[in-house]
Amino acid sequence: MTKTRQDLAWQELEIGATLITPGNSCEYKSGDWRSIRPVVDNKKCVRCGTCYIFCPDAAIHETEEGFFEADLYYCKGCGICANECPTQAIEMVEEEE
Amino acid sequence: MGKRIGLEVSLSAAEAVKMANVDCIAAYPITPQTHIVEHLSELVNDGELDAEFIPVESEHSAMSVSAGASAVGARAFTCTSSQGLSLMNEIVHIVASMRLPVVMILANRSMSGPISIWNDHTDVMSIRDCGWIQVFANNGQEVFDHVLFGYKVAESQGVMLPLIINIDGFILTHVIEPIEFWEKEQVEQYLPDFEPIHTLHPDRPVTMGGVGMPYVFSEAKVAQDEPLKQSKSVIISAWKELGDIVGRYYSPIETYRSGDAETLFITQGSYGETVSLVVDELRDEGKSVGLVMDRLWRPFPFDEFREATGQTRNLIIIDRAISYGGQGGPLAIDIRSALYKEKNQPNITNFICGLAGRDVTIDDFKNIYHKAMQKVKKHPREEDFEYYGVRGK
Repeated sequence: MTKTRQDLAWQELEIGATLITPGNSCEYKSGDWRSIRPVVDNKKCVRCGTCYIFCPDAAIHETEEGFFEADLYYCKGCGICANECPTQAIEMVEEEE
Repeated sequence: MGKRIGLEVSLSAAEAVKMANVDCIAAYPITPQTHIVEHLSELVNDGELDAEFIPVESEHSAMSVSAGASAVGARAFTCTSSQGLSLMNEIVHIVASMRLPVVMILANRSMSGPISIWNDHTDVMSIRDCGWIQVFANNGQEVFDHVLFGYKVAESQGVMLPLIINIDGFILTHVIEPIEFWEKEQVEQYLPDFEPIHTLHPDRPVTMGGVGMPYVFSEAKVAQDEPLKQSKSVIISAWKELGDIVGRYYSPIETYRSGDAETLFITQGSYGETVSLVVDELRDEGKSVGLVMDRLWRPFPFDEFREATGQTRNLIIIDRAISYGGQGGPLAIDIRSALYKEKNQPNITNFICGLAGRDVTIDDFKNIYHKAMQKVKKHPREEDFEYYGVRGK
């Protein structure tokens, strides 16, 4: 089993804590920050893509049916999508677990 | 043997930087460092040194440029004093954490205020804990030698840490001393090319100086401190090699007539030379006095200090910086800690003197000796240090 960054001992870090694997910021689970999560009511959604455009983390993607949903690995729960949605199709609900 | 010529210490320091064949010099002029950088700019302009001379707009940029240059694999030099060091402070810490072997001469000058351009050690002590290797020079020859030593140690594969050479402003920077230059072949024999471990290069992308989340920050700090501590063996062997080539042997601490001494002065920087004369005079008067000069400041030479001071009854520690509201000067604080568990702890007296270039003469040091002999009878506590020669105290 490979070690995650959380398991590395100090001797195992690259010199100067240099990162030698480019583009690894996508591994970072910014979804850990979230306390509220966007829930979309597809009955109200008009598939305009406003949420997709406004999401500051590019965490929202278009599904095959043309609706939009957030990738909760990255979604920080900022609520901008809910605020911008022209049909109030997105509700921010408390993360309870 | 290289030729021996009379030259201002600053100019000889610049000549040593030239001999180290640096690739990048980024510096901003500040008294008393100015002559070093001026002369380097002349050497580059005259084609004697093939390096980028970058006249930056501030010391913050000087250290930032040095970091960038070192990160692409260039040998980087910079130089500053007091307020300049403060302005570059942010990057000073980062260069150490990124393990970039920049070498800096710090022409020691007081931290303002009151505004002062003169010499003491309050500037270097403000960055004592920045993670650089730090050495003090006693004289111009040591400055010259330690520029080449500096790159040798800093760029060693197991070290890769930046290094500061402390030289007393004016007392060293502006005096003319006999300096023995190295032969070109001696430099080539001593100092290999810089071979960085990682470099910033488009073909091999890396991130240097990235974010360290709480789960990795402490490990990153230990990974920085351990090689600093372990650098001592590299430092000692680099001094040995230097001695074998040019005949001058250095050590973490240097002792003078200390073996049988009941009382030892402890100094840093150019005061060592003055106090060695004081020791001679006091010996002539029948006093059992010796001297220990601290050359290596970080990593702190604990073992060497314990060995040198273990059999001594009294220590007179001369500090040239203040830990406000604390236990005296930084040198005394460290030495007291180093000796805390020793069975035969010496009586420690601590004098803070020579702030902002106030002269401390041979007679002053004799006076300090007599004061110390009175103080030890009263079993001074660690906070009972003295600001020597201050009116009204």
